[in-house]
Amino acid sequence: MIFSINVQSPPYSTQASYTAYRFCKAVLAQGHQVHRIFFYQDGIYCATRLAAPPQDELNLYDKWQNLAKENEIELVVCIAAALRRGILNLEESIRYQKDAHNLAEGFTLGGLGQLIEAAVNSDRMVTFGN
Amino acid sequence: MSTLHTVNKSSFTHSTLKSCISVCANNDGILLLEDGVFSALQSAPDAEALITLNEKGVVIYASQDDIKARGLEHKIASHIQLTNYEGFVSLTLYHKCIQSWY
Repeated sequence: MIFSINVQSPPYSTQASYTAYRFCKAVLAQGHQVHRIFFYQDGIYCATRLAAPPQDELNLYDKWQNLAKENEIELVVCIAAALRRGILNLEESIRYQKDAHNLAEGFTLGGLGQLIEAAVNSDRMVTFGN
Repeated sequence: MSTLHTVNKSSFTHSTLKSCISVCANNDGILLLEDGVFSALQSAPDAEALITLNEKGVVIYASQDDIKARGLEHKIASHIQLTNYEGFVSLTLYHKCIQSWY
């Protein structure tokens, strides 16, 4: 079975992004495929490369990146949600004349079309709301 | 075609579960997650409605880890089925649609 995941929760303040991560791990452990993880609304905060959580705490930023790398999963961040909240890649930082960019490795900026494509081409789409 | 409803808000503070119950069909399932597990308490605001739904064939599941994290193990209504993440994945396979309430 092919799954896609919609994450709308930030790494802190609510639990849902961690629930989404644990769900993805369970999906993969059962031999299913995760086609795409789409970060939408406040979920885009999972994609910053500047977060520095204490070493003895869960580092959900690293966990998403490692999960994607090890299993070749696409991590797509909604571009409109990201620009509003200050998550930019190099290209967007140039376009908007910002002095820095902070989209973490392994994430790409994309549009809602990719959320729809994921829903169409997956057997299951599971949303983890804020 | 049945639906799995996931609810991650407590019925003590939100009307999320109430909205879910109002559209839940007879063969659907409800999975209580995160603070949603507070709704599995015997004393929860929608406890009676969940029992009625359960008698109609809707199975109510709750995340074991989230119950344990909140120290609610001994206060859960008897009809609630406890599940883990493996069970969560199986439920999303058994039901064709997954509707998240948050």
